[in-house]
Amino acid sequence: MNTITIARKELNSYFRSPIAYGVIAFFALIAGYFFYASVVFFVRRGIESTMMGQSMPMDVNEYVVRPLFSNISVIALFLIPMITMRLFAEEKRTGTIELLVTSPLSDLSIIMGKWLAALALYIVMLAVSAVSMASLFLYGSPDWRPLLAGYLGLFLMGAALLSIGTYISTLTKNQIVAGVATFAVCLMLWILNWVTEFDTSMVYRVLGYIAITSHLDSFGKGVLDLKDIVYYLSVIFIGLFLTARSLESLRWRA
Amino acid sequence: MIKVEGLTKRYARKVAVDNISFEVTKGQIVGFLGPNGAGKTTTMRVLTCFLPPTSGSAQVAGFDVVEQPMEVKKRIGYLPESPPVYPEMEVHEYLEFVGRIKGVASQDLARRVAEVSEKCAISDVSKTLIGKLSKGYRQRVGLAQAIIHNPDVLILDEPTAGLDPHQIIETRDLIKNLAARGEHTIILSTHILPEVEATCERVIIIARGRLVATDTVENLTSRLRGAETVAVEVAPSNGAPLDAGTVQRRLEQVAGVSRVLPKEHRDDRLHFTVESLEGRHIRPGLAKAVVEGGWHLNELHGVGLSLEEIFLQLTASPEDARQAAAIAGTAPVEEKPSDSAGDQK
Repeated sequence: MNTITIARKELNSYFRSPIAYGVIAFFALIAGYFFYASVVFFVRRGIESTMMGQSMPMDVNEYVVRPLFSNISVIALFLIPMITMRLFAEEKRTGTIELLVTSPLSDLSIIMGKWLAALALYIVMLAVSAVSMASLFLYGSPDWRPLLAGYLGLFLMGAALLSIGTYISTLTKNQIVAGVATFAVCLMLWILNWVTEFDTSMVYRVLGYIAITSHLDSFGKGVLDLKDIVYYLSVIFIGLFLTARSLESLRWRA
Repeated sequence: MIKVEGLTKRYARKVAVDNISFEVTKGQIVGFLGPNGAGKTTTMRVLTCFLPPTSGSAQVAGFDVVEQPMEVKKRIGYLPESPPVYPEMEVHEYLEFVGRIKGVASQDLARRVAEVSEKCAISDVSKTLIGKLSKGYRQRVGLAQAIIHNPDVLILDEPTAGLDPHQIIETRDLIKNLAARGEHTIILSTHILPEVEATCERVIIIARGRLVATDTVENLTSRLRGAETVAVEVAPSNGAPLDAGTVQRRLEQVAGVSRVLPKEHRDDRLHFTVESLEGRHIRPGLAKAVVEGGWHLNELHGVGLSLEEIFLQLTASPEDARQAAAIAGTAPVEEKPSDSAGDQK
């Protein structure tokens, strides 16, 4: 109940500041461009292969849906810091955190409320791209199962990064600092993905497992791998757990 | 209603609150007085369960702040030094939000919001964004927020800081009205002495994290009463300039006067601070002496029985006294012998 009160308050303030509109508009623009580019590429390739007499049907999922998902995941890496940076930093700066902490609320309901609000904004953002995906069904017949799995993957990845961002936001009073630090962490987790391409020794395989985007590939193919789901759920848990510890320690340091 | 025993709060390097004990009974309004950095805010934060105490205990309405923080939080309304408001919310939305998180039942919410808006005189701005309100209004929204769940105990941290004189009077009246109904036990902190005299029944004075005194305003005053201090302004009656020495000697001859201190003389008027011997009334004698001397008596009033002097005497060390003087906005009338001040501790 209290969680919902906090979440509603957070969502309200997202949509009363330019943040929500900025994030959604930026996402719509970039994701829309990538969608347009991959559809154009797909159509051109289709015409070319027909002219060359090849009768192999081309797969929309492979040429449009999967690249789009991987693009969206990268755009999300950039936008997630903007969603989470103010969650706690702003409350610490203005002193309203004192109101929350001295109210009869559990720390858990404060944290869950804020994280769920961030997640809700993220879902609204993803929903914008669903419009483009839906248009594929008007002119073609893509397989809907990998599509749903892909969105599930993006959802889990976002939830995980948002929990890390929420944690980082508790560490500072300055939302810019929180945003930059979250962005750095997101970037690191993405870049780790690249190292696996050079080497397959134990260390690199561990680093590759930590990388956040590498777990998305299976979802894009329509495969729900327990290993990947467990990975995201553990990151969510670790992020929220650290947030709880940090909020608790705030009282010792304040 | 509030019981603090041996409360100590230590930060990494310094002790903010050192072994403080006091009690506040139901319905009292208590002033928490001390220079900046004395530990007022820290003590209040312990009471509101924002900070855990390093040692000692604090109870609010019979519940321990460490053992049962939820019960304590339900019974406390807290206004931190800067009102904890969200600028992007409208006043009524904000009060509804606070009401919800403080556990006001949703069917009572609208009624409570209307009631506290009425009490704090903010009904006219209920649809305004808090970010657009003046500081005085924001402070009142902060107060409304603190009483929305009708708490037993109200803790106000410097409720008048940063307000203009008009707003200060309004805020004080508001606090007194809340206290008058006897529903709330109020602790308010301040470093402004007249504020305590104006609003509180009891004073708790702390300096450098230690409890210096706790008593009623009257008792504290009478405890230190004894010698009377009177300010006198004398002007010439016929244009001829006055000789300061002559006037001073004349005043010193009045029965019961222990000494006369000349203050800065402006234009042709002379100012003196006259102190009496223990328990003597010297004002009639002074008036008579001035008139008989053929001068005009422009001003004659008692000074130095205010909390300011008490405060200066109680905050023992020279450094504390200097700090206190800076806060009171007046220099000490005289150097207090440090041994007598030490006795008060």
